[in-house]
Amino acid sequence: MKVHHALRALDGILRREMLRSLRQRARLFSAMVRPLVWLAIFAAGFRSVLGLSITPPYQTYVLYEVYVVPGLAAMMLLFHAMASSLAMVYDREMGSMRLLLTAPLPRWYLLAARLLASVIVGLPLVYLFLFVARFWDVRPPILGYVAVFPALVLSGLMLGAFGLLVSSMSTQMENFAGVMNFVIFPMFFTSTALYPIWRLAEAGPVLATIAAWNPFSSAVELIRFALYLRFDTVSMLVVVACLVAFFLASLAGYDPGRGLWARRGGEG
Amino acid sequence: MQTLIALVLVLILVPPAVAETIYVSNEQDNTVAVVDRATMTLQSAIEVGRRPRGMALSVDKKTLFVAEGDDNRIDVVDLAKRQVVGQLPSGADPEFFVVHPDGKLIFVANENDNLVSVVDIAGAKIIGTVDVGVEPEGMAVSADGRTVACTSETTSMVHLIDAGTLELIDNLLVDTRPRAAAFSVDGKQLWVSSEIRGTVTVFDTATRAQTGKIDFEVPGIRREGVQAVGIEMSRDGATAYVALGPANRIAEIDTKTFTVRRLYLVGQRPWHVALSDDQKQLISANGNSGDISFIDLENQEVVKSLPVGRGPWGVVIGP
Repeated sequence: MKVHHALRALDGILRREMLRSLRQRARLFSAMVRPLVWLAIFAAGFRSVLGLSITPPYQTYVLYEVYVVPGLAAMMLLFHAMASSLAMVYDREMGSMRLLLTAPLPRWYLLAARLLASVIVGLPLVYLFLFVARFWDVRPPILGYVAVFPALVLSGLMLGAFGLLVSSMSTQMENFAGVMNFVIFPMFFTSTALYPIWRLAEAGPVLATIAAWNPFSSAVELIRFALYLRFDTVSMLVVVACLVAFFLASLAGYDPGRGLWARRGGEG
Repeated sequence: MQTLIALVLVLILVPPAVAETIYVSNEQDNTVAVVDRATMTLQSAIEVGRRPRGMALSVDKKTLFVAEGDDNRIDVVDLAKRQVVGQLPSGADPEFFVVHPDGKLIFVANENDNLVSVVDIAGAKIIGTVDVGVEPEGMAVSADGRTVACTSETTSMVHLIDAGTLELIDNLLVDTRPRAAAFSVDGKQLWVSSEIRGTVTVFDTATRAQTGKIDFEVPGIRREGVQAVGIEMSRDGATAYVALGPANRIAEIDTKTFTVRRLYLVGQRPWHVALSDDQKQLISANGNSGDISFIDLENQEVVKSLPVGRGPWGVVIGP
């Protein structure tokens, strides 16, 4: 693998992702509206006018809006990762992914490039949302917007790798409803995105345990801490470990010689 | 070498940040918590009498006076030693008091006796009493030292006392259960908070006519949940801060227009607030959550809430 060759491939994949994302105006629009609906309507119902108890990284009482914003940023990454992974199924069925995988570059590299491209394309919207949230008085320190960048990339990669894994197992593109029901919603609702872990523990210890083990919780907390200029080591380690595990598993899934593709008869 | 000289010069020329200490009376712990303002950390707790609430610094800022409601006295705390070094008589059940600007007298509200007692600090004795309404509580003294104001919770009045003759000048009706009183910096206005109605009434001290009333609304909290208690005036006279009790908020008020500029979310049930000497930070003592909240007034945000003990009530910032 020559470096300039690899970079050209990355460049191509990135451009293709960007073009596709820009052409899908409706998807862009809904990706932006979704967290705002949560913030403006759902969070209003849970406003907790008297303030939520102090939970790190916050050092004082916060309104629910402040608590939920990092979780909604992670939700944007999650939806983006899943939509992107479903697009992968489409690519594979329509042949463009197959074409990509036949490029004279290692498969892991092509998949990683595709993953990175997808995350980078998704980030501007997340930033846009974080800035719009300032109108709801969610005002983390300015440097927090810089510090959150690596947290968003890492979380995006981890969720993207998870998406790759899901897409390597699914056979048809009409599966998004299934993915919503069985992947996005359970991951999102059993995490610390919407409620702090002490609140989940009040609702039921089982829920709190699931949330503690849910890698999506780690992504949320990594983002939350970074946004407030703190570093959450445990969450970081969990996110990195999951990223590696999901990516390796999806590599196996995308290997036509073995794995799930072969078992399905290599159709598409 | 040049860098070293420059560094030394910088170290000499730049004055160190003024160290300030926050004192918080813990009503249920019988302590005064000592908090370092710069590091926002709890340093120690001074053991005082039972049910400490009202506090004030001496004029030279070397001594802290603490009213002990259940011990019927005022403790004298030496701030250098951080311990109680003496006691002053206060009359029964002292809740709140003010130190007269001449530094010699203390005016104390005696909640159960419907009295204001006047204490001579040097002689450690009560030199006079003034009859006021039922359950006197809030106390204020004008900057020129001529007038002392006292609110009575049950009578719902603010009483004006001539500090020289110790006679009642006037009684003004205010909204239900007045708690705190404060003179504006120029002495032209008197502000009185009403706990149950959740309002602040402003009087002209010359005509004694009501010139303004401030209502507080916290979105999502029913009206009864918004109560007005402690008041603090900024030194430039442009801003007043009012603790809103069970609404867990501190209101920032424009003193020209009597409008609420913004609300700060703090711990549960703030009683009193205090401004730092540089006027950049406001501290609230939150009675139910047992902490104090630090409000950064420059960036308009609450930066931290720090546990200090059970039942924080009064807060004073000293050197």
